[in-house]
Amino acid sequence: MQDLGINVIFEGSNLLRLLIGLWVTMRIAIVAIAISVVLGIAFGIVMTAKNRWIQWIARLYLESIRIIPILVWLFIFYFGITKVLHIHLGAEVVSVLVFSLWGIAEMGDIVRGAITSLPVHQRASGRALGLTDLQIYRYIIIPQAVRRLIPAAINLATRMIKTTSLVVLIGVVEVLKVGQQIIEVSILKTPSASFWVYACIFALYFIICYPISLWSKKLELKWQNQ
Amino acid sequence: MDFGFIVKSIPLYVKAAEFTLQLSFWGILLSLFIGLVCSLITYYKVNLLDKVVQIYIELSRNTPLLIQLFFLYYGFAKIGIKFEAYSCAIFGLAFLGGSYMAEAFRSGLEAVSKIQIETGLSIGLNRWQLMRYIILPQAFSIAIPAIGANAIFLLKETSVVSAIALADLMFVAKDLIGMYYKTTEALTMLVVAYLIILLPISLLLTFIERKVRHAGFGD
Repeated sequence: MQDLGINVIFEGSNLLRLLIGLWVTMRIAIVAIAISVVLGIAFGIVMTAKNRWIQWIARLYLESIRIIPILVWLFIFYFGITKVLHIHLGAEVVSVLVFSLWGIAEMGDIVRGAITSLPVHQRASGRALGLTDLQIYRYIIIPQAVRRLIPAAINLATRMIKTTSLVVLIGVVEVLKVGQQIIEVSILKTPSASFWVYACIFALYFIICYPISLWSKKLELKWQNQ
Repeated sequence: MDFGFIVKSIPLYVKAAEFTLQLSFWGILLSLFIGLVCSLITYYKVNLLDKVVQIYIELSRNTPLLIQLFFLYYGFAKIGIKFEAYSCAIFGLAFLGGSYMAEAFRSGLEAVSKIQIETGLSIGLNRWQLMRYIILPQAFSIAIPAIGANAIFLLKETSVVSAIALADLMFVAKDLIGMYYKTTEALTMLVVAYLIILLPISLLLTFIERKVRHAGFGD
Protein backbone atom coordinates (compact mmCIF):
# COMPACT_ATOMS: atom_id res chain seq x y z
CA MET A 1 0.00 0.00 0.00
CA GLN A 2 1.30 3.44 -0.94
CA ASP A 3 0.71 6.57 1.03
CA LEU A 4 -2.74 6.95 2.49
CA GLY A 5 -5.29 8.06 -0.08
CA ILE A 6 -6.95 10.42 2.35
CA ASN A 7 -4.04 12.81 1.83
CA VAL A 8 -5.55 13.76 -1.49
CA ILE A 9 -8.12 15.84 0.39
CA PHE A 10 -5.46 17.90 2.13
CA GLU A 11 -3.09 18.29 -0.80
CA GLY A 12 -2.64 21.79 -2.13
CA SER A 13 -5.88 23.70 -2.00
CA ASN A 14 -8.11 20.69 -2.63
CA LEU A 15 -10.20 20.98 0.52
CA LEU A 16 -10.68 24.68 -0.06
CA ARG A 17 -11.76 24.01 -3.64
CA LEU A 18 -14.29 21.44 -2.45
CA LEU A 19 -15.65 23.90 0.08
CA ILE A 20 -15.95 26.61 -2.56
CA GLY A 21 -17.79 24.10 -4.73
CA LEU A 22 -20.08 23.30 -1.86
CA TRP A 23 -20.75 26.98 -1.39
CA VAL A 24 -22.08 27.16 -4.97
CA THR A 25 -24.85 24.66 -4.17
CA MET A 26 -25.46 26.19 -0.75
CA ARG A 27 -25.86 29.60 -2.34
CA ILE A 28 -28.51 28.20 -4.66
CA ALA A 29 -30.21 26.48 -1.72
CA ILE A 30 -30.11 29.56 0.51
CA VAL A 31 -31.54 31.91 -2.11
CA ALA A 32 -34.24 29.39 -3.05
CA ILE A 33 -35.13 28.78 0.61
CA ALA A 34 -35.41 32.51 1.30
CA ILE A 35 -37.70 33.00 -1.70
CA SER A 36 -39.72 29.91 -0.75
CA VAL A 37 -40.31 31.04 2.80
CA VAL A 38 -41.59 34.47 1.85
CA LEU A 39 -43.69 33.49 -1.16
CA GLY A 40 -44.60 30.12 0.33
CA ILE A 41 -46.31 31.74 3.31
CA ALA A 42 -48.27 33.95 0.94
CA PHE A 43 -49.13 30.93 -1.19
CA GLY A 44 -50.24 28.99 1.87
CA ILE A 45 -52.61 31.74 2.94
CA VAL A 46 -53.98 31.89 -0.60
CA MET A 47 -54.55 28.14 -0.45
CA THR A 48 -56.86 28.53 2.55
CA ALA A 49 -59.13 30.81 0.52
CA LYS A 50 -62.74 29.70 0.21
CA ASN A 51 -62.95 30.43 -3.52
CA ARG A 52 -63.15 27.17 -5.47
CA TRP A 53 -61.22 28.43 -8.47
CA ILE A 54 -58.33 29.68 -6.38
CA GLN A 55 -58.22 26.40 -4.50
CA TRP A 56 -58.27 24.43 -7.72
CA ILE A 57 -55.48 26.42 -9.36
CA ALA A 58 -53.32 26.29 -6.23
CA ARG A 59 -53.86 22.55 -5.98
CA LEU A 60 -52.96 22.06 -9.64
CA TYR A 61 -49.73 24.01 -9.17
CA LEU A 62 -48.78 22.06 -6.04
CA GLU A 63 -49.56 18.64 -7.47
CA SER A 64 -47.89 19.22 -10.81
CA ILE A 65 -44.70 20.35 -9.10
CA ARG A 66 -44.87 17.37 -6.78
CA ILE A 67 -45.55 14.58 -9.20
CA ILE A 68 -42.65 15.27 -11.56
CA PRO A 69 -39.13 14.61 -10.23
CA ILE A 70 -37.09 17.76 -9.58
CA LEU A 71 -34.39 16.59 -11.97
CA VAL A 72 -36.99 16.54 -14.75
CA TRP A 73 -38.07 20.07 -13.83
CA LEU A 74 -34.44 21.19 -14.01
CA PHE A 75 -34.19 19.71 -17.50
CA ILE A 76 -37.47 21.25 -18.59
CA PHE A 77 -36.37 24.70 -17.54
CA TYR A 78 -32.76 24.43 -18.61
CA PHE A 79 -33.21 22.75 -22.00
CA GLY A 80 -36.90 23.01 -22.81
CA ILE A 81 -38.15 26.43 -21.82
CA THR A 82 -35.01 28.21 -22.92
CA LYS A 83 -35.35 26.62 -26.34
CA VAL A 84 -39.05 27.28 -26.77
CA LEU A 85 -38.80 30.91 -25.66
CA HIS A 86 -35.44 31.49 -27.36
CA ILE A 87 -33.87 32.88 -24.23
CA HIS A 88 -30.65 32.00 -22.50
CA LEU A 89 -30.68 31.25 -18.79
CA GLY A 90 -27.60 30.26 -16.84
CA ALA A 91 -27.66 26.92 -15.04
CA GLU A 92 -27.53 28.65 -11.66
CA VAL A 93 -30.45 30.93 -12.47
CA VAL A 94 -32.48 27.94 -13.65
CA SER A 95 -31.62 26.07 -10.45
CA VAL A 96 -32.73 28.93 -8.24
CA LEU A 97 -35.92 29.25 -10.28
CA VAL A 98 -36.81 25.54 -10.12
CA PHE A 99 -35.95 25.14 -6.46
CA SER A 100 -37.96 28.25 -5.60
CA LEU A 101 -40.99 27.00 -7.51
CA TRP A 102 -40.73 23.69 -5.67
CA GLY A 103 -40.09 25.32 -2.31
CA ILE A 104 -43.02 27.73 -2.67
CA ALA A 105 -45.36 24.84 -3.43
CA GLU A 106 -44.16 22.70 -0.51
CA MET A 107 -43.94 25.60 1.91
CA GLY A 108 -47.43 26.68 0.90
CA ASP A 109 -48.77 23.25 1.66
CA ILE A 110 -47.08 23.26 5.07
CA VAL A 111 -48.55 26.68 5.89
CA ARG A 112 -51.98 25.59 4.68
CA GLY A 113 -51.78 22.46 6.81
CA ALA A 114 -50.75 24.45 9.87
CA ILE A 115 -53.59 26.92 9.49
CA THR A 116 -56.37 24.47 8.67
CA SER A 117 -55.32 21.98 11.34
CA LEU A 118 -56.16 24.51 14.07
CA PRO A 119 -59.48 23.57 15.67
CA VAL A 120 -62.38 25.79 14.55
CA HIS A 121 -63.22 26.65 18.15
CA GLN A 122 -59.98 28.63 18.44
CA ARG A 123 -61.23 31.08 15.85
CA ALA A 124 -64.76 31.01 17.25
CA SER A 125 -63.58 31.71 20.80
CA GLY A 126 -61.59 34.67 19.57
CA ARG A 127 -64.66 36.02 17.86
CA ALA A 128 -66.74 35.44 21.00
CA LEU A 129 -64.23 37.53 22.93
CA GLY A 130 -64.87 40.33 20.47
CA LEU A 131 -61.51 40.26 18.68
CA THR A 132 -61.32 41.64 15.17
CA ASP A 133 -60.19 39.43 12.27
CA LEU A 134 -56.74 41.00 12.41
CA GLN A 135 -56.47 40.42 16.15
CA ILE A 136 -57.58 36.81 15.72
CA TYR A 137 -54.74 36.30 13.23
CA ARG A 138 -52.24 38.21 15.32
CA TYR A 139 -52.92 36.64 18.73
CA ILE A 140 -54.55 33.28 18.03
CA ILE A 141 -53.89 31.84 14.59
CA ILE A 142 -50.30 32.91 13.86
CA PRO A 143 -48.68 31.95 17.20
CA GLN A 144 -50.19 28.48 17.07
CA ALA A 145 -49.71 27.92 13.36
CA VAL A 146 -46.06 28.94 13.54
CA ARG A 147 -45.34 26.27 16.13
CA ARG A 148 -46.88 23.66 13.92
CA LEU A 149 -45.12 24.71 10.76
CA ILE A 150 -41.57 25.57 11.83
CA PRO A 151 -40.30 22.00 12.32
CA ALA A 152 -41.78 20.99 8.96
CA ALA A 153 -40.33 24.08 7.29
CA ILE A 154 -36.86 23.31 8.64
CA ASN A 155 -37.24 19.78 7.33
CA LEU A 156 -38.11 21.19 3.93
CA ALA A 157 -34.95 23.29 4.06
CA THR A 158 -32.77 20.20 4.57
CA ARG A 159 -34.58 18.47 1.73
CA MET A 160 -33.87 21.44 -0.50
CA ILE A 161 -30.20 21.51 0.50
CA LYS A 162 -29.88 17.80 -0.28
CA THR A 163 -31.70 18.10 -3.57
CA THR A 164 -29.55 20.96 -4.81
CA SER A 165 -26.85 18.33 -5.33
CA LEU A 166 -28.70 17.60 -8.59
CA VAL A 167 -27.63 20.89 -10.18
CA VAL A 168 -24.36 19.27 -11.26
CA LEU A 169 -26.41 17.33 -13.81
CA ILE A 170 -27.36 20.52 -15.67
CA GLY A 171 -23.77 21.67 -15.63
CA VAL A 172 -23.34 23.84 -12.56
CA VAL A 173 -19.74 23.55 -11.39
CA GLU A 174 -20.24 22.64 -7.77
CA VAL A 175 -18.74 20.32 -5.18
CA LEU A 176 -19.27 17.08 -7.13
CA LYS A 177 -17.76 18.56 -10.31
CA VAL A 178 -14.81 19.94 -8.37
CA GLY A 179 -14.43 16.51 -6.78
CA GLN A 180 -14.28 14.90 -10.21
CA GLN A 181 -11.63 17.38 -11.31
CA ILE A 182 -9.53 16.61 -8.24
CA ILE A 183 -9.88 12.88 -8.89
CA GLU A 184 -8.83 13.26 -12.51
CA VAL A 185 -5.74 15.22 -11.58
CA SER A 186 -4.58 12.84 -8.87
CA ILE A 187 -5.72 9.52 -10.35
CA LEU A 188 -2.18 8.41 -11.24
CA LYS A 189 -0.61 9.33 -7.95
CA THR A 190 -3.45 8.19 -5.70
CA PRO A 191 -5.63 5.54 -7.35
CA SER A 192 -7.98 5.53 -4.38
CA ALA A 193 -8.62 9.28 -4.72
CA SER A 194 -12.24 8.83 -5.79
CA PHE A 195 -13.06 6.93 -2.61
CA TRP A 196 -11.72 9.66 -0.38
CA VAL A 197 -13.06 12.57 -2.37
CA TYR A 198 -16.58 11.16 -2.54
CA ALA A 199 -16.40 10.17 1.12
CA CYS A 200 -15.42 13.74 1.91
CA ILE A 201 -18.35 15.17 -0.08
CA PHE A 202 -20.67 12.68 1.62
CA ALA A 203 -19.37 13.83 5.00
CA LEU A 204 -19.71 17.51 4.07
CA TYR A 205 -23.39 17.10 3.23
CA PHE A 206 -23.92 15.20 6.46
CA ILE A 207 -22.18 17.89 8.50
CA ILE A 208 -24.49 20.52 7.02
CA CYS A 209 -27.79 18.64 7.15
CA TYR A 210 -27.49 16.72 10.40
CA PRO A 211 -27.48 19.71 12.80
CA ILE A 212 -30.41 21.23 10.94
CA SER A 213 -32.55 18.10 11.19
CA LEU A 214 -31.53 17.69 14.82
CA TRP A 215 -32.70 21.23 15.47
CA SER A 216 -36.06 20.59 13.81
CA LYS A 217 -36.57 17.41 15.84
CA LYS A 218 -35.76 19.30 19.04
CA LEU A 219 -38.23 22.08 18.28
CA GLU A 220 -40.90 19.54 17.42
CA LEU A 221 -40.47 17.74 20.76
CA LYS A 222 -40.34 20.99 22.70
CA TRP A 223 -43.54 22.37 21.24
CA GLN A 224 -45.36 19.08 21.31
CA ASN A 225 -45.16 18.94 25.08
CA GLN A 226 -46.53 22.41 25.68
CA MET B 1 -43.55 19.46 -32.29
CA ASP B 2 -42.46 16.59 -34.49
CA PHE B 3 -45.06 13.91 -33.91
CA GLY B 4 -43.35 11.44 -36.20
CA PHE B 5 -40.32 11.64 -33.95
CA ILE B 6 -42.48 11.17 -30.86
CA VAL B 7 -44.10 8.05 -32.28
CA LYS B 8 -40.72 6.66 -33.23
CA SER B 9 -39.34 7.29 -29.76
CA ILE B 10 -42.20 5.56 -27.94
CA PRO B 11 -40.55 2.11 -27.85
CA LEU B 12 -37.42 3.64 -26.31
CA TYR B 13 -39.46 5.26 -23.57
CA VAL B 14 -41.46 2.10 -22.92
CA LYS B 15 -38.26 0.16 -22.44
CA ALA B 16 -36.84 2.85 -20.17
CA ALA B 17 -40.07 3.02 -18.18
CA GLU B 18 -39.89 -0.73 -17.65
CA PHE B 19 -36.37 -0.31 -16.40
CA THR B 20 -37.35 2.53 -14.06
CA LEU B 21 -40.22 0.46 -12.69
CA GLN B 22 -38.09 -2.62 -12.25
CA LEU B 23 -35.41 -0.66 -10.45
CA SER B 24 -37.99 1.03 -8.21
CA PHE B 25 -39.67 -2.26 -7.46
CA TRP B 26 -36.51 -3.88 -6.13
CA GLY B 27 -35.42 -0.68 -4.43
CA ILE B 28 -38.76 -0.28 -2.65
CA LEU B 29 -38.96 -3.96 -1.71
CA LEU B 30 -35.50 -3.88 -0.16
CA SER B 31 -36.29 -0.57 1.56
CA LEU B 32 -39.37 -2.11 3.11
CA PHE B 33 -37.34 -5.03 4.38
CA ILE B 34 -34.56 -2.84 5.78
CA GLY B 35 -37.12 -0.46 7.24
CA LEU B 36 -39.04 -3.23 8.99
CA VAL B 37 -35.91 -4.77 10.47
CA CYS B 38 -34.59 -1.39 11.62
CA SER B 39 -37.88 -0.35 13.16
CA LEU B 40 -38.19 -3.65 15.04
CA ILE B 41 -34.67 -3.24 16.35
CA THR B 42 -35.49 0.23 17.68
CA TYR B 43 -38.87 -0.95 18.96
CA TYR B 44 -37.35 -3.72 21.06
CA LYS B 45 -34.33 -1.53 21.89
CA VAL B 46 -31.93 -4.33 21.00
CA ASN B 47 -28.64 -3.56 22.69
CA LEU B 48 -25.95 -1.98 20.51
CA LEU B 49 -27.84 -2.79 17.30
CA ASP B 50 -30.22 0.07 17.98
CA LYS B 51 -27.27 2.46 18.08
CA VAL B 52 -26.11 1.13 14.72
CA VAL B 53 -29.60 1.60 13.30
CA GLN B 54 -29.71 5.14 14.61
CA ILE B 55 -26.40 6.02 12.98
CA TYR B 56 -27.52 4.44 9.72
CA ILE B 57 -30.80 6.38 9.72
CA GLU B 58 -29.09 9.71 10.36
CA LEU B 59 -26.44 9.04 7.70
CA SER B 60 -28.96 8.04 5.10
CA ARG B 61 -31.45 10.80 5.80
CA ASN B 62 -28.95 13.62 5.84
CA THR B 63 -27.12 12.96 2.58
CA PRO B 64 -28.39 13.17 -1.02
CA LEU B 65 -28.94 10.04 -3.10
CA LEU B 66 -26.72 11.34 -5.88
CA ILE B 67 -23.75 11.57 -3.53
CA GLN B 68 -24.54 8.16 -2.05
CA LEU B 69 -24.56 6.65 -5.54
CA PHE B 70 -21.29 8.31 -6.56
CA PHE B 71 -19.68 7.15 -3.35
CA LEU B 72 -20.91 3.60 -3.85
CA TYR B 73 -20.26 3.39 -7.56
CA TYR B 74 -17.04 5.31 -8.12
CA GLY B 75 -15.67 5.46 -4.60
CA PHE B 76 -15.95 1.86 -3.47
CA ALA B 77 -14.68 0.53 -6.79
CA LYS B 78 -11.31 2.04 -6.01
CA ILE B 79 -10.85 0.21 -2.74
CA GLY B 80 -11.67 -3.12 -4.28
CA ILE B 81 -15.42 -3.36 -3.72
CA LYS B 82 -16.96 -3.31 -7.18
CA PHE B 83 -20.67 -3.14 -7.89
CA GLU B 84 -22.42 -3.30 -11.20
CA ALA B 85 -24.21 -0.04 -11.92
CA TYR B 86 -27.59 -1.77 -11.65
CA SER B 87 -27.03 -3.41 -8.28
CA CYS B 88 -25.37 -0.22 -7.11
CA ALA B 89 -28.53 1.73 -7.95
CA ILE B 90 -30.75 -0.78 -6.15
CA PHE B 91 -28.44 -0.77 -3.17
CA GLY B 92 -28.34 3.04 -3.12
CA LEU B 93 -32.13 3.28 -3.30
CA ALA B 94 -32.47 0.73 -0.52
CA PHE B 95 -29.90 2.58 1.59
CA LEU B 96 -31.86 5.80 1.20
CA GLY B 97 -35.35 4.28 1.35
CA GLY B 98 -34.63 1.98 4.26
CA SER B 99 -34.37 4.85 6.70
CA TYR B 100 -37.53 6.52 5.41
CA MET B 101 -39.43 3.24 5.65
CA ALA B 102 -38.02 2.65 9.12
CA GLU B 103 -39.45 5.98 10.27
CA ALA B 104 -42.82 5.10 8.74
CA PHE B 105 -42.91 1.71 10.49
CA ARG B 106 -41.69 3.22 13.73
CA SER B 107 -44.51 5.75 13.86
CA GLY B 108 -46.93 2.90 13.14
CA LEU B 109 -45.48 0.70 15.88
CA GLU B 110 -45.56 3.53 18.41
CA ALA B 111 -49.17 4.27 17.61
CA VAL B 112 -50.36 0.83 18.75
CA SER B 113 -51.78 1.48 22.19
CA LYS B 114 -50.52 -0.13 25.38
CA ILE B 115 -53.96 -1.56 26.10
CA GLN B 116 -53.82 -3.60 22.92
CA ILE B 117 -50.50 -5.11 23.94
CA GLU B 118 -51.56 -5.74 27.54
CA THR B 119 -54.76 -7.38 26.37
CA GLY B 120 -52.76 -9.60 24.06
CA LEU B 121 -50.45 -10.60 26.88
CA SER B 122 -53.32 -11.25 29.27
CA ILE B 123 -54.93 -13.75 26.92
CA GLY B 124 -51.64 -15.61 26.90
CA LEU B 125 -50.08 -14.72 23.56
CA ASN B 126 -46.33 -15.10 23.39
CA ARG B 127 -44.07 -12.37 22.01
CA TRP B 128 -44.13 -13.66 18.47
CA GLN B 129 -47.90 -14.08 18.42
CA LEU B 130 -48.31 -10.63 19.91
CA MET B 131 -46.20 -9.14 17.11
CA ARG B 132 -47.85 -11.23 14.40
CA TYR B 133 -51.51 -10.85 15.35
CA ILE B 134 -51.80 -7.65 17.40
CA ILE B 135 -49.01 -5.17 16.78
CA LEU B 136 -47.94 -5.58 13.14
CA PRO B 137 -51.40 -5.52 11.52
CA GLN B 138 -52.33 -2.32 13.33
CA ALA B 139 -48.95 -0.70 12.88
CA PHE B 140 -48.96 -1.55 9.20
CA SER B 141 -52.34 -0.02 8.52
CA ILE B 142 -51.36 3.15 10.37
CA ALA B 143 -48.09 3.33 8.46
CA ILE B 144 -49.56 2.70 5.01
CA PRO B 145 -49.99 6.34 3.91
CA ALA B 146 -46.40 7.11 4.92
CA ILE B 147 -45.16 3.94 3.18
CA GLY B 148 -47.01 4.91 0.02
CA ALA B 149 -45.60 8.44 0.10
CA ASN B 150 -42.11 6.99 0.51
CA ALA B 151 -42.66 4.63 -2.41
CA ILE B 152 -43.55 7.58 -4.66
CA PHE B 153 -40.59 9.51 -3.32
CA LEU B 154 -38.26 6.61 -4.17
CA LEU B 155 -39.77 6.20 -7.63
CA LYS B 156 -39.05 9.85 -8.31
CA GLU B 157 -35.56 9.56 -6.88
CA THR B 158 -34.69 6.89 -9.46
CA SER B 159 -34.41 9.74 -11.97
CA VAL B 160 -30.94 10.26 -10.53
CA VAL B 161 -29.53 6.89 -11.63
CA SER B 162 -28.87 8.13 -15.16
CA ALA B 163 -25.85 9.83 -13.57
CA ILE B 164 -24.19 6.43 -13.16
CA ALA B 165 -24.98 5.52 -16.77
CA LEU B 166 -28.14 3.48 -16.28
CA ALA B 167 -30.70 3.65 -19.08
CA ASP B 168 -33.74 4.95 -17.21
CA LEU B 169 -36.30 7.49 -18.50
CA MET B 170 -34.06 10.44 -17.77
CA PHE B 171 -31.21 8.80 -19.67
CA VAL B 172 -33.31 8.24 -22.80
CA ALA B 173 -34.49 11.84 -22.80
CA LYS B 174 -30.95 13.10 -22.38
CA ASP B 175 -29.81 10.82 -25.18
CA LEU B 176 -32.48 12.01 -27.60
CA ILE B 177 -31.68 15.65 -26.81
CA GLY B 178 -28.00 15.01 -27.33
CA MET B 179 -28.33 13.03 -30.56
CA TYR B 180 -31.18 14.68 -32.43
CA TYR B 181 -31.61 18.00 -30.63
CA LYS B 182 -35.34 17.24 -30.31
CA THR B 183 -35.54 18.93 -26.93
CA THR B 184 -39.25 19.71 -26.78
CA GLU B 185 -40.32 16.28 -27.97
CA ALA B 186 -37.95 14.39 -25.70
CA LEU B 187 -38.94 16.38 -22.61
CA THR B 188 -42.66 16.17 -23.35
CA MET B 189 -42.39 12.41 -23.64
CA LEU B 190 -40.39 12.32 -20.42
CA VAL B 191 -43.10 14.17 -18.53
CA VAL B 192 -45.83 12.02 -20.07
CA ALA B 193 -43.96 8.86 -19.11
CA TYR B 194 -43.57 9.97 -15.50
CA LEU B 195 -47.22 11.02 -15.34
CA ILE B 196 -48.35 7.62 -16.67
CA ILE B 197 -46.33 5.91 -13.96
CA LEU B 198 -46.92 8.27 -11.04
CA LEU B 199 -50.46 9.57 -11.45
CA PRO B 200 -52.25 6.22 -10.89
CA ILE B 201 -50.04 5.45 -7.89
CA SER B 202 -50.62 8.88 -6.41
CA LEU B 203 -54.39 8.64 -6.92
CA LEU B 204 -54.44 5.17 -5.40
CA LEU B 205 -52.54 6.52 -2.43
CA THR B 206 -55.04 9.34 -1.89
CA PHE B 207 -57.82 6.75 -2.00
CA ILE B 208 -56.09 4.48 0.53
CA GLU B 209 -55.32 7.42 2.78
CA ARG B 210 -58.99 8.35 2.86
CA LYS B 211 -59.93 4.74 3.67
CA VAL B 212 -57.42 4.55 6.51
CA ARG B 213 -58.53 7.85 7.96
CA HIS B 214 -62.12 6.67 7.88
CA ALA B 215 -61.13 3.52 9.72
CA GLY B 216 -59.30 5.60 12.28
CA PHE B 217 -62.23 7.80 13.15
CA GLY B 218 -64.63 5.06 14.08
CA ASP B 219 -66.67 2.16 12.85
